[in-house]
Amino acid sequence: MFETLNDKLGSVFSKLGRKGALSEQDVTAAMREIRVALLEADVALPVVKDFVEQVREEAVGEKVLKSIKPDQQVVKIVNDKLTELLGAEKAELNLNVTPPAVILMAGLQGVGKTTTTGKLAKFLKDKQRKKVMVASLDVQRPAAQEQLKILAEQVGVENLPIVAGQQPVQIAKRAVEAARLQGFDVVILDTAGRLALNEELMNEVKDVRAATNPSETLLVTDAMMGQDAVQTAKAFHDALELTGIVLTRVDGDARGGAALSMKVVTGCPIKFSGTGEKLDALEEFHPERIAGRILGMGDVVGLVERASEAIDQDEAEKLAQKMQSGEFDMNDMLAQFKQVKKLSGMSGGLSGILGMIPGLPNMNKVKEQMKGANLDDSVITRQEAIILSMTPKERAKPALLKAKRKERVAKGSGTSVQDVNKLLKQFQQMQTMMKKMRKLGKKGMMQQMQNLMQQGGGMPQGPMGGGMPGGMPGGGLPGGFPFK
Amino acid sequence: MKGFFKKLGSALTKSSTKLSSGITDIVTKRKLDHDALEALEELLITSDLGLETSSHLVEQLSKKRFNKEVSDAEVKEVLSEGVNEILVKCEKPLNITANPHVIVMTGVNGVGKTTTIAKLAKKFKDEGKSVMLAAGDTFRAAAGEQLEVWAQRLGLDVYKKEAGSDAAALAFEAYAKAKEDGTDIILVDTAGRLHNKAGLMDELKKIIRVLKKHDESAPHHCLLVLDATTGQNTHAQLKAFQEMVDVNGLIITKLDGSAKGGSIVGLANEFEVPIYFLGVGEGFDDLQEFNAEAFSKALLSLV
Ligand SMILES: Nc1nc2c(ncn2[C@@H]2O[C@H](COP(=O)(O)OP(=O)(O)OP(=O)(O)O)[C@@H](O)[C@H]2O)c(=O)[nH]1
Ligand SMILES: [Mg+2]
Repeated sequence: MFETLNDKLGSVFSKLGRKGALSEQDVTAAMREIRVALLEADVALPVVKDFVEQVREEAVGEKVLKSIKPDQQVVKIVNDKLTELLGAEKAELNLNVTPPAVILMAGLQGVGKTTTTGKLAKFLKDKQRKKVMVASLDVQRPAAQEQLKILAEQVGVENLPIVAGQQPVQIAKRAVEAARLQGFDVVILDTAGRLALNEELMNEVKDVRAATNPSETLLVTDAMMGQDAVQTAKAFHDALELTGIVLTRVDGDARGGAALSMKVVTGCPIKFSGTGEKLDALEEFHPERIAGRILGMGDVVGLVERASEAIDQDEAEKLAQKMQSGEFDMNDMLAQFKQVKKLSGMSGGLSGILGMIPGLPNMNKVKEQMKGANLDDSVITRQEAIILSMTPKERAKPALLKAKRKERVAKGSGTSVQDVNKLLKQFQQMQTMMKKMRKLGKKGMMQQMQNLMQQGGGMPQGPMGGGMPGGMPGGGLPGGFPFK
Repeated sequence: MKGFFKKLGSALTKSSTKLSSGITDIVTKRKLDHDALEALEELLITSDLGLETSSHLVEQLSKKRFNKEVSDAEVKEVLSEGVNEILVKCEKPLNITANPHVIVMTGVNGVGKTTTIAKLAKKFKDEGKSVMLAAGDTFRAAAGEQLEVWAQRLGLDVYKKEAGSDAAALAFEAYAKAKEDGTDIILVDTAGRLHNKAGLMDELKKIIRVLKKHDESAPHHCLLVLDATTGQNTHAQLKAFQEMVDVNGLIITKLDGSAKGGSIVGLANEFEVPIYFLGVGEGFDDLQEFNAEAFSKALLSLV
């Protein structure tokens, strides 16, 4: 897990309380941390340097120096600046030409061009009621044309008939001509992946561009990309005069710094992001989400999306109902543990989940407390083992567990009676909390959550009761999930 | 071997020109002071080595040469030695240990799994082994067809079922067929999947599980394909795939591009996983055995 920029700036500025004023040195130290954060997020170095300079100019101003919480202030400046750089202007497709409007898709190998072509076709057909044709100019990769043909069928748009042996420029001309004659509004040209260094292939796509005069030339790029984003974006922009960028695999867990690199280098807006393998997983780009991710300041939307991947919705629904009705028993607790483990496995452990929650002001402290309390996945595993050693009756009615039975359960699960007691106490606290929640209703609970967040380091002992991990699944995510 | 140096060397030289001319600038202008070291660190960072590994390498250099007048070649030599030291423990031959020997190819979407299968198949075939391909990507449109085209080009058998079939069942049957035919090696393609999708990772686990029903030691190799253009996310990928399916080898693709794949230096530092091959193009011959020294030198443009 990366340390968040918040943590780092927090420690840079923590001495400030004593000193009382921001020195030039402090700003320099803060800028170093920002540089580190951006590099860890794969923002390309030249872009990082530029960015840091710009932020420094803004940060050295009075406002920051005199503000009470300079770390928060700097983070805000950085975050705003990033969001602004990533997408100040509205990024719509420009298709206002005499039809057919041509969209040319280009990019490196394996970034997701063909899938994005299918998604874009579906988007234009469904959302903008366009008559869309797609054509694959990929004569390089085996079965690439076949792939687009299948996708076209799936989304219900026309695919230019495949003619074996035709070369990309020929296919492109044929596509535009066919689209014009048959009255299509848009024709999307999918191309083979190519390396910026491959002159022959770069010339070929240039020729395609010249022959078809596209209204949109989109560079498709992958959110996982590293430092090479600068070279690649530059080369493609020089060759093709790009009009936009599509960022794919935003549903992964990469920090997505390449988005910033490419945006800055080309000056082209990021027009869409790809958020899944399904053909409707194409969204408008959300600069603030990527900014948050780049800075490691948490991505609530991402967390929610991940949680919904991990969590069986029916199961969660059932749990929520049980909680509300107060019928929650040990079996339900077990089910929750399973879901938390799944989610944590996908988020880099429990502390990974916490890392995605913004506004936890001092993650380090929380992490330390988690460490101190041995709060990792193995704790959950142990607690699972305890519940699994109970009889069905005991699980439904934990009050049955008296001394003898506790001993048996402890033995069966390879734990101690103390551990069993701890779990039972947690269970009780969860029950109490749920009763409280029922009284508070939905609004009250949100308020409680907010209070909790603001308390920061108080997480493990917070009003959610029960403490982690029992408390978290009960009160917050994912158990509390269906309440939203 | 010559081909390797040539292809990787020239590929990485193209991409390393900046790295190396950068070093020339830094070092001939002044002796190795703090500023020069910082500039060197930045140059490593631009090759995707990541902050930690870059600072570690530069620190090493600093210990040896700080405040001394140093030549361009010397700095490169020391840095590439440092890289080599980290990478050399990942240099291992891929041994065929069973019959049939099962190799499962995994990785996120688009990294080059299917193409690499074709390359490996070609290599094994050239070594006189019998090879079968299993079209375990039953999800992506035309994935099976893609592998089939490669199989045709190479004159190999491919075990394939209709799109949407159960990949685990396919792998299970492919093994039985290979066993029956006395095939030496099965290469199992799988659908690309993001490592943070639990459902998809479970499906991959299932493929591994059913193969074990045939042979407890299968898959003998579960290889993760990484794309050289990927930045620091390779760490998360390797970590997740290793945890979920016991990845025991890496292949790095697309090293013929301007990306240098430097993140593997950091990976080698963190994980004990052999790096078997490098992909240096789209054809079935564009595969090179991983050689730590050659890679380290190429990374710093010493070849
Ligand atoms: N330049 C270059 N391109 C490569 C290399 N390896 C694979 N590719 C290309 O990368 C693209 C994706 O390769 P595939 O083999 O289809 O990748 P995959 O991982 O099987 O993709 P999915 O099955 O869709 O997840 C293709 O265009 C390949 O030709 C390489 O070493 N160098
Ligand atoms: Mg494939």
